[in-house]
Amino acid sequence: MTPAGTATDPAVDRSPAPDAADTLREGAFGHAEALACRECGHRIALGPHYACPECFGPLEIAYRFPLVTREEIEAGPRNIWRYKALLPVPADIEESPNMEPGFTRLLKARNLGRELGIENLWVKDDSTNPTNSFKDRVVACALSAAREFHSKVFACPSTGNLANAVAAAGARAGIKTVVFIPSDLEQPKQVNSAVFTESLVAVRGNYDDVNRLASEIAGEEEGWAFVNVNVRPYYAEGSKTLGYEIAEQLGWRLPDQIVIPVASGSQLTKVHKAFQELIGLGLVEDRPYRVYGAQASGCSPVSVAYKSGTDAIRPVKPDTIAKSLAIGNPADGVYVLDICRETGGAVEDVSDEQVREAIVLLARTEGIFTETAGGTTVAVLKKLVEGGQLDPSLETVVINTGHGLKTLDAVSGSVGPAATIDPSYAAFTGSGIV
Amino acid sequence: MSVDVRIPTILRTYTGGASEVSAEGSTLSEVLDDLEANHSGIRARILDDAGALRRFVNVYVGNDDVRFLDGLASPTPDGTKISIIPAVAGG
Repeated sequence: MTPAGTATDPAVDRSPAPDAADTLREGAFGHAEALACRECGHRIALGPHYACPECFGPLEIAYRFPLVTREEIEAGPRNIWRYKALLPVPADIEESPNMEPGFTRLLKARNLGRELGIENLWVKDDSTNPTNSFKDRVVACALSAAREFHSKVFACPSTGNLANAVAAAGARAGIKTVVFIPSDLEQPKQVNSAVFTESLVAVRGNYDDVNRLASEIAGEEEGWAFVNVNVRPYYAEGSKTLGYEIAEQLGWRLPDQIVIPVASGSQLTKVHKAFQELIGLGLVEDRPYRVYGAQASGCSPVSVAYKSGTDAIRPVKPDTIAKSLAIGNPADGVYVLDICRETGGAVEDVSDEQVREAIVLLARTEGIFTETAGGTTVAVLKKLVEGGQLDPSLETVVINTGHGLKTLDAVSGSVGPAATIDPSYAAFTGSGIV
Repeated sequence: MSVDVRIPTILRTYTGGASEVSAEGSTLSEVLDDLEANHSGIRARILDDAGALRRFVNVYVGNDDVRFLDGLASPTPDGTKISIIPAVAGG
């Protein structure tokens, strides 16, 4: 095991040789024992599958967890592999080249809390992951699955952050990457992918069009691991590490309230799953917590369903600056509704203008530059407090999923030089800056 | 009206492994009936007990998700390509 804080080399890849293509090695997926349908419970053997053959429902990893202690976790590396016993990865995962994401900062947000009237507020800042978004977590788990399945190509449809993470992780692991994005994606996100891969494919259409194309390719091409399509059950588990970390960083305790952005809804469902697993394993006290989902009004199918009291999500055509949340047909939307309702939380949405304002608010109160998804989440937090849906006296965590340098255009029109002056002291004093 | 239907991997057990089959029908509902006549059991994988599209199935007529059209009543003009795709991807 890599000691905390120690730099690691691109180590020996211990994954099996290609000639073992049809067999999985012992322990390839840790303590995972099957894929189970979330809808009908049907179980199939672990493999590169994502939809239930009986009902098309989402397949999830079913585990048989061993005894896991806080001490064992705390002795692990300062990245997501400290939780490897709870993930579908082999025990030797750290020995294969990967991005070593996670264990990002949980920052006490006193200034933002004061601004919003929240007594005890924390920001889980995932913008400091290797490619500056939470996607490095999920991609690391997907990469492990791709290795164990001997995949030739590591691929994804993406709204941008995932493309960055897949392209970078594939480069480090030495596996060919192909990433598909909507052709109107923010330019920084295009560059942040293209720099790592020769195969960035811009698709004329929105994210849902790109996603559909990826699903079709995944059904036809042998040996492709589409991280959020055919290896999605493994990939999605990576988001649990956000929940594990928050609990551990709070001193092995769950927060009272948590606000999470909703695109497909996978992250929110997995943070909730993480909290439930920690309770089940006896690693945290079993106490109630409320989960809140955040969407941009220009793509808010889950929020609309929540407010109308229905269980059915009507897909929409996205129109928002929060492109990383612009999934009009969210795969896990119905589960977001279930969780937010069951825990006493809510799903709320905000305008693009509120997103811009919240990006600046977080930056100027906490020194954290978030992208539009984080702006959405902070704006929703503000709206929930103002609307009385979130209790400002309770401990609250808000997740920042990505870095603002990726979406500069969102705020470049609203922030800039306060004054342009000649290089003289008189000009400075006359500028009104101080 | 003859259309081509793309079959997802998990339904190819019903089509003898074929990834694309032809079907007849002027609406999606009729196309699914025709599919069932030739590939017994396939319709129940796509529709639930109430006869509605299962919530984790996306069906496209051409490039359009039928949920944005008229659902099962969506017209399927001659030569249309219909795609049936699991919905639990992405994000």
